[in-house]
Amino acid sequence: MHDLAIGFGATTAVHGIDFHIDEGETLALVGESGCGKSVTALALMRLLPPAARILRGRVMFGGTDLLELGARALRDVRGKRIGMVLQEPMTSLNPVLTVGSQVAEVLRRHEGLSRAAAMSRAAELLDLVGIPEPGQRVHDYPHNFSGGMRQRVMIAMAVACQPQLIIADEPTTALDVTIQAQVLDLLDGLRRQFGMAVLLITHDVGVVAQWADRVAVMYAGRIVEEAEVRPFFRQPLHPYARGLLGASVEGSGAHYTQTRLHEISGSVASAAGEPGCPFAPRCPEMIPACHDAMPPLESASAERRVACIRVPANGEVRRVAAVG
Amino acid sequence: MSSAVSASAAVQPRTSWRRAMAASRNPALVIGTSILIAVVLVALFASRLFPGDPQDMVGTPALWPGQEAEFPLGTDSLGRDVAAGLAYGARVSLLVGAVAAGIGLLIGTTIGAVAGYFGGWIDNVLVRLTELFQTVPTFILVIVIVTIETPSAPVIACAIGLASWPTVARLVRAQFRALREADFVTAARSLGYSSPRIIFGEILPNAMAPIIVTTSVLVANAILTEAGLSFLNMGDPNLVSWGSMIGDGRPLLRTAWFLTALPGTAIALTVLALNLVGDGLNDVLNPRSPGG
Repeated sequence: MHDLAIGFGATTAVHGIDFHIDEGETLALVGESGCGKSVTALALMRLLPPAARILRGRVMFGGTDLLELGARALRDVRGKRIGMVLQEPMTSLNPVLTVGSQVAEVLRRHEGLSRAAAMSRAAELLDLVGIPEPGQRVHDYPHNFSGGMRQRVMIAMAVACQPQLIIADEPTTALDVTIQAQVLDLLDGLRRQFGMAVLLITHDVGVVAQWADRVAVMYAGRIVEEAEVRPFFRQPLHPYARGLLGASVEGSGAHYTQTRLHEISGSVASAAGEPGCPFAPRCPEMIPACHDAMPPLESASAERRVACIRVPANGEVRRVAAVG
Repeated sequence: MSSAVSASAAVQPRTSWRRAMAASRNPALVIGTSILIAVVLVALFASRLFPGDPQDMVGTPALWPGQEAEFPLGTDSLGRDVAAGLAYGARVSLLVGAVAAGIGLLIGTTIGAVAGYFGGWIDNVLVRLTELFQTVPTFILVIVIVTIETPSAPVIACAIGLASWPTVARLVRAQFRALREADFVTAARSLGYSSPRIIFGEILPNAMAPIIVTTSVLVANAILTEAGLSFLNMGDPNLVSWGSMIGDGRPLLRTAWFLTALPGTAIALTVLALNLVGDGLNDVLNPRSPGG
């Protein structure tokens, strides 16, 4: 994925973001609501709503640019080589078709299986994602399933053709916390089993710490920091990333805390803004130069890149005073 | 209240079964279906009940109902059996109604689905086309088509079908516009399904309830239109229909009013039954109504 920009009408929602996912790894895309995470995910599959347009950029997937692909070739990639798990399990399944037929349909479309073969494979897949009595459950309708179970069905559909990449757009946001861990464990287990890469979109820093290999932090339509998970949690470089970790208890490994959680002051600035760093108005370390231009995403060390004027490129990572 | 809700949620039977149960408790649906079944049975067994051509002059003209045991509903001005005419007329009415509704449904669903799903200029063009058809009164359009062609039952059915699709098209388009943004449609696209596959496999099954309800009204309207045509002597001259019986009985309206009243009642009952079925189905299939 290279220099992808997405616009809604006259405004630009995503400003040239740039990241890569290696085979078999989990990249977490984190950021608060409205920062462009989901739009980015939809753009990867070219599923943007009609109002949104891809302004420029490329999405390279195994050597082909998905943005250049014809309609038919694109449909062969969707579902077959890239699977997708959407945010809302309650509405993502067709309410009037049985669960089994929906899973089987994917196999019939992409693997050319017969109806009977697809149905028995669908039952196997439901078994794989941990749905009890899959033989009977294939005949049930989505309303017979709980949210967590439906999300398992969605995962079964996404992995049915053993794709190379799964895009999971906040797969657990709508679920109970206990179910959340089960679903993410399942996704992670399948990733290992099939050697898939996972693009995990989330706003939950705790989820990132536990399940991702690398993390890309988005703010106002830009990636502000990209790093391996361990060094990132040990020392986030971008002030926004630090704020994000400061606002969460889970980065420290604890599940509760006596001290007051840090909050990032202000609210998310509009992505359609003035020049300069979009985080500057909320940044505790803002200097006047921040308002001049958006700092580019530059390598701070071998494996990490950060877009902040106060983090010197390629240099020694400067100790910055702890936030809060 | 809350205990009843949780109890029904705990043992949730299959949707189809629950719908059937709700349907059997719906009086409009039960009455409508009963009348309709009776009419269908009479139509099916018309040749068994009344062997021979219903257009044959078999008795003394203008016999009142009950006057002679052989003709329980009397005879018309030419001595034709009214009861036989009603039975064979049911065939024509139901057949024309069903075929016309089928044609209207096919065209309307296709145009509405395509317009609603794709939107943009395709939608614009199809909506204008629909409005063009809607501005012409259905009955006039049917008369024009029938006069151009020969007035036979198939032509009449096609003409009514061609004139009645705009209602369906508008309904289906509205449904599709609402459903195309649904999450499961995005999910289907993310799985690489083609547009026809999504239209017919994913969205259409979800839009079925209002379409089924409209169908019953469509059949009723088609029956009325056919009766109107036959009354104006523009029906199929080789077939007895309820409308043509009313037309034939009109000159004797003062002396033998039953000649118009009986087929009129048949039309009214059938159309009423179809509307009752439509209302009942609306209650049963609509998830927002208490019956569903």
